[in-house]
Amino acid sequence: MASQDIALMAHLMRRAGFGASREELEERAARGYEATVEELLNPESQPAIDRYELVRFQPWTWRPGTIQGMGSAEWLHFMVTTKRPLEEKMALFWHQIFATGVSKVDHYDEITRMVALFREKGMGNYKDLLLEVAKNPAMIYWLDNFENHADAVNENWGRELLELFSMGVGTYTEVDVREASRAFTGWTFEPKLPRGPIGRHDWQFQYLPEDHDDGEKTFLGESGNFNGEDIINIVCEHPATATFVARHLYNFFVADEAQVPAWQVTPPKDEDAIDLLADTFVDSGCDMTAVLRVLFNSDFFKNARYARLKSPAEVVAGTLRLVGGFDFPGPGLGEMARQPTYMGQDLLNPPSVEGWHTGVEWINSGSLMRRINFTADMVSDVNRPGIRSMISRMQAQGDLTPQAMVDNCLDLMGPLDVDDATRQELVTHAETAGTVSWATDSDVNASEERISEMLQLIVSLRDYQYA
Amino acid sequence: MTSTKKDPVLVVLQLSGGNDYMNTVIPHAEPLYREKRPVVGVPDERILKLNDSIGLHPELAPLRRFWDSGDMAIIHGVGYANSPRSHFRSMDIWHTCEPDTLGTEGWLGRVTRDIDPHKENVVTAVSFGPSLPRALALSGVPVACVDDLENFGMLTSIQEEMQREKIIDRFSRLYSPTIGSGFVMDYLGQTGLDGLKAADILKVAPEQYSSSVEYPDTPIARKLKGISQVHQAGLGSRVLYCDHGSFDSHSNQVGMHDGLWRDVSAGVSSFFDDLRENDAADNVILMMFSEFGRRVHDNGSGTDHGAAGLVLVMGDPIKGGEYGEYPSSKPEDLEQGDLVPGTDFRGVYSTILEDWMGLDANPIVGGQFEKLAFV
Repeated sequence: MASQDIALMAHLMRRAGFGASREELEERAARGYEATVEELLNPESQPAIDRYELVRFQPWTWRPGTIQGMGSAEWLHFMVTTKRPLEEKMALFWHQIFATGVSKVDHYDEITRMVALFREKGMGNYKDLLLEVAKNPAMIYWLDNFENHADAVNENWGRELLELFSMGVGTYTEVDVREASRAFTGWTFEPKLPRGPIGRHDWQFQYLPEDHDDGEKTFLGESGNFNGEDIINIVCEHPATATFVARHLYNFFVADEAQVPAWQVTPPKDEDAIDLLADTFVDSGCDMTAVLRVLFNSDFFKNARYARLKSPAEVVAGTLRLVGGFDFPGPGLGEMARQPTYMGQDLLNPPSVEGWHTGVEWINSGSLMRRINFTADMVSDVNRPGIRSMISRMQAQGDLTPQAMVDNCLDLMGPLDVDDATRQELVTHAETAGTVSWATDSDVNASEERISEMLQLIVSLRDYQYA
Repeated sequence: MTSTKKDPVLVVLQLSGGNDYMNTVIPHAEPLYREKRPVVGVPDERILKLNDSIGLHPELAPLRRFWDSGDMAIIHGVGYANSPRSHFRSMDIWHTCEPDTLGTEGWLGRVTRDIDPHKENVVTAVSFGPSLPRALALSGVPVACVDDLENFGMLTSIQEEMQREKIIDRFSRLYSPTIGSGFVMDYLGQTGLDGLKAADILKVAPEQYSSSVEYPDTPIARKLKGISQVHQAGLGSRVLYCDHGSFDSHSNQVGMHDGLWRDVSAGVSSFFDDLRENDAADNVILMMFSEFGRRVHDNGSGTDHGAAGLVLVMGDPIKGGEYGEYPSSKPEDLEQGDLVPGTDFRGVYSTILEDWMGLDANPIVGGQFEKLAFV
């Protein structure tokens, strides 16, 4: 197997999923890059996760209600065990855009249902998805549309629909915000009952025609007696929306970009790439699968290896997939699900409707320590199946020079490219104990210990923070 | 007393989401307040009246004593021209002092650089919370971001002390800047090294701390307690940051806004009790701000995004009282239904920078702005 094929496949699986074991990478590389892309784009070709197994062993994930940790345990389990990695990655993509949080909604069951919506429709038509999101009870509560009445307009949803969910700040006026909000009056949910003894009731979308403002509206230059669907149709036809979605996809899948509020004034890193994605979005009638197909098969994607920093969800899910042994939803899943929070990404609870600041803003002295400590702790255990497999591969080569041990570790942890100075530093560290030998039991123990230490150093590297 | 020898310390508490100015410091004598706020208006008998014109929201009761003793400045109508009414854009403007272009350098990052230009102390600025606020972001300026003071340490997976030292040494070498590796790699390298140093310094703070004050068990109180621990450890920290929220009260404002201020007031009150008990209050001021105030007319349940907001500055060195003017709520004086700011936020910053921190404000806030007399 050409190592370049493995490196490219590893890149694809880090971006379009949450990483893969070396065994999976080899198998996929043998099938080919484009075939793998097609499989990722057609998730229904692979089995779905057995949610009932999860509930059998982690009953609280059935209706986490307001239980911190268990609220996101189901999602972490999906990220780690899914056979449909792109479907899951797109759910995360949309969660970062349609950022809805339990801090206000106070109802993990509903936010989890919203993630299920992203899983189900996230690779379909954007217009359909936007309409579903507009009708999603968690979103209606999060952005107060249940308080948007014919005689008392509440602008929260109308504003964020334009600013954060479709067109971007600076592409519409305050009047457009007002008119869009009027069109969504009467879009609410039921029942609005207080919390019961074991959590909240399920919410359902409800349209109240008597609470809908039936007057004429003028929105983005068009006039009519618009309802919410009309606003979404107009928004989706607007060129700003195609560019907005394209920039989000680029930032999430290709390379770190400026933060969203800066897009109005900061041009894209790669204008041609954005144009290609935006044109595909328009030509396909907002079909996300079509846009993703172009993205993953493009040179700009293939050449963007390690061009973005991992999000905390990617760090945690990727590490658990790498070290293995987390297929079964055993004890400790709740604690694992809290790990991204410690690194600055409390899943299902973004800091605000803007979602998380990404890229370099994931990193500060505290969050970097948390990343390093978590990954180092996980790879330090040589009994985890993923680490065992790496050791077996090295052991099968017989005694290794310190250089060979370092190169093997770097290869199996990525393959990770590091500069010469970094590699030399790792080699110097390895040389302090000489050849890696497997001759006796105590040699094996010592070698395993040294490999464990090398893996801990590698996950601490700056280079390892990139995806 | 050694108070004159102590370096001035600034604590910032960010009220994220747009705190409703008019329901925090209430213009109780203004008839339009009742008229425009039929739903969210605080009943007159519950308002904690400070004088003939203004009063505090009842949940600010624990802060009343600071007003009475002249340790709280209420700064009216703070903001800037042409509010975009976007949370994120507006917060960026407050953080960077760049209302016209998109700034990336935080004003407190510049403050930290001015205080410690040679980076002699990596805990000059400490932020409590999982992310780094843009106010503190500035290339090359270290900020210790602490989520949990008790668990702030690097590579804790390696338990054997000698081995850990060796690995940490290797880590330091691996994180040392290499030429031409690019901005993000440099940033990662510097952040890792600064974090390593900060962890060593900060670990003493909880060990040394003792106080009879019991903070409430709320997120904001935990952050303020951490700030107190760091401050009292005497580590040279000068800028300390925390936030609370979300104050984005579009709906159900009454219960929501009450709860937020209950937590903030109780936390701040404990914080000052703690500092005073330990003779650590005389060199600390605390500033509270939000990215904007909220619309004058309520929407039947809450209030939408507005413009002019409120800044509160508290502490023993503060000259209490009202500063600036409460903006008019007359319909003809509003802009898109919002109070028009009369006090530029950069004037508030300038006052703090020059009259408290002893720094030249102009390059930090980007120009000359009228100061107020609250220090």
